[in-house]
Amino acid sequence: MTNAAAPDLRQRRKKINGQKVLLIVTFSVIPLFLLALFTYVPFFRMIRFSFYNMSYTKNKGFVGLDNYVKIFTREEYVSAMLLSLYYMAGAAIQLSLALFFATLLTSGLKGSGLFKGIMFFPFLVNGIAIGYMFKFFFTRGFVLDTVLQSLGISLESLPYWLRDQSVNNWSLVFTSVWKYCGQNMVLFVGAIASIDPTLYEAATIDGANKWQQFKAIILPGIKTVFMLNLILSITGSLSAFEPAYVVGSMGANGTATFFIKIHQMAHVHNKVGMACAMAMVLMILILVFTVAQRLFFRYVMKDSENTFNGKANRAKALW
Amino acid sequence: MTTHAAGNRGLTQNRRAVARKTLLRILAYVSLLLACFIALLPLWSAFTVSFKTAEEYSSTNAMTLPQNWMNLENYAQVWRGNQPSQSLLRAFATSGLVVVIVVTVSVMMGSMLGYVLNRFRFPGNGLIRNLFLIATLIPGIAMQVSTYQIMTDLKMVNTLWGYMILMSGTDVISIYIFLQFFENLDVALDESAVLEGCTYFGAFFRILLPLTVPAIVTVAVLKGVGVYNEYYNANLYLNSGKYYTVSTALYSFSGPYKSQYNIICAGVLLTLLPPLIVFLVFQKQVYAGLASGSVKG
Repeated sequence: MTNAAAPDLRQRRKKINGQKVLLIVTFSVIPLFLLALFTYVPFFRMIRFSFYNMSYTKNKGFVGLDNYVKIFTREEYVSAMLLSLYYMAGAAIQLSLALFFATLLTSGLKGSGLFKGIMFFPFLVNGIAIGYMFKFFFTRGFVLDTVLQSLGISLESLPYWLRDQSVNNWSLVFTSVWKYCGQNMVLFVGAIASIDPTLYEAATIDGANKWQQFKAIILPGIKTVFMLNLILSITGSLSAFEPAYVVGSMGANGTATFFIKIHQMAHVHNKVGMACAMAMVLMILILVFTVAQRLFFRYVMKDSENTFNGKANRAKALW
Repeated sequence: MTTHAAGNRGLTQNRRAVARKTLLRILAYVSLLLACFIALLPLWSAFTVSFKTAEEYSSTNAMTLPQNWMNLENYAQVWRGNQPSQSLLRAFATSGLVVVIVVTVSVMMGSMLGYVLNRFRFPGNGLIRNLFLIATLIPGIAMQVSTYQIMTDLKMVNTLWGYMILMSGTDVISIYIFLQFFENLDVALDESAVLEGCTYFGAFFRILLPLTVPAIVTVAVLKGVGVYNEYYNANLYLNSGKYYTVSTALYSFSGPYKSQYNIICAGVLLTLLPPLIVFLVFQKQVYAGLASGSVKG
């Protein structure tokens, strides 16, 4: 970098700078445009529409909070919202199962890869295909009933899995667990596999049993993924759609989730304002749950992180 | 466990520990086998019933095996379709086209934006990152009503290109996968190229893009399977009966075939094949992509 080369360099830098700007603009303009078009514009429109009584073609004027009041006072909406409690219970079961199997699969058993693959595959199955398979599965006297009968349970004592309103939502939740459990499990397996293996050795020497190891090493080590899975499954249960739409025949027999109600409101009854208000409620619920979980885990998990560090420090001292 | 123990007492203790370990191991295998049984049972029953003739289907139990495993009549039926527009053959072609284009667009947009955001400091860089981050918090499914209106305004309803733009436009995860990938790619690579007179565009296309093949495969597999399985938007935005994707064609079976699950399940099985093959070939990328894609998404 001698003085003689300076003007030349400056010119080149100018050229490079121009090129930089051009590159930044050309490379980011399309993704940003699409982000605005399909996320932010609909988002702000949704907020606005939720205060109007309107259809896709006609706007019948501003109604203030009327739509929101309806959602919380009419029984059909409240009960649809409460349906997501089933899916949340399902999510809790699903996460526990996923964590359980992930721990098994990372403990060095033979054939782990195969087990993992089989349990994960349902996640890749087309939702409509799942719908048909489970309709067939749950139909009176078909797959599930045959299996249960071979275990000695009489057909008369079994309910109609998809029609009987005391069980049909659980049947639908089961299809959702069937699909997503493997996905949660794979995420857990990845997180557990990335834990430093010397920690287990240290803990074993320390005399910790498997359960203590799970509590002190694995659980804190997968904190982030655990929270992520929890958020994914809670948002998933709030916006549950496919099981009820396909297996439950568009939410027949009291299986219409809140999201199906939104869909019907907009595309069957053509009440866009109302549908937007419902979507707003759904979104606020999801945000509240997400934030609440983050806060909760920041508070609770900090505790176990301390024990985790304590264990690690003790292990170090031992060495 | 107690390998350091010595003496007779140590030995019996050792034996007991081994017995306990074996028992635990057996329990672990039993629970894993049970889980796999539950994972496979619906698939297996759909598989077996798809080989049954109509008569066999109505006269035998759902779980009895088909008499003739070579009876492919149901498969031929769904392949041809009840009417030409609903044939799975055409649906596969439509979905194939959609997947190829959406994946290509997503890969290009994701890698370009990832490159820009990772390699250049400019006013707005942080803002763009935040805009994408916040977008992940807004559930897309909640905004479908207002999105539908925008699609209508832009005359994109019932056009294949409109559906493809929608599907490629709402993707944040692929951007994150590329962003992460570029973070781990040495800056010296493209910097030296630029210093030697290569343009930034050249550095991106000729040097960096070939190196991002692992990220490209991950994005392509995840996005490809996601788009292939997508039903909600396909149903909403391609409902004129002109275009059927695999999902909507499959859904349309419930009309003509009602509860003839021997035929429907043949369709189900056919639609399962592409993801199954992709999974068997790209297992590692699927697992990795799932982790990297969702940690930030």
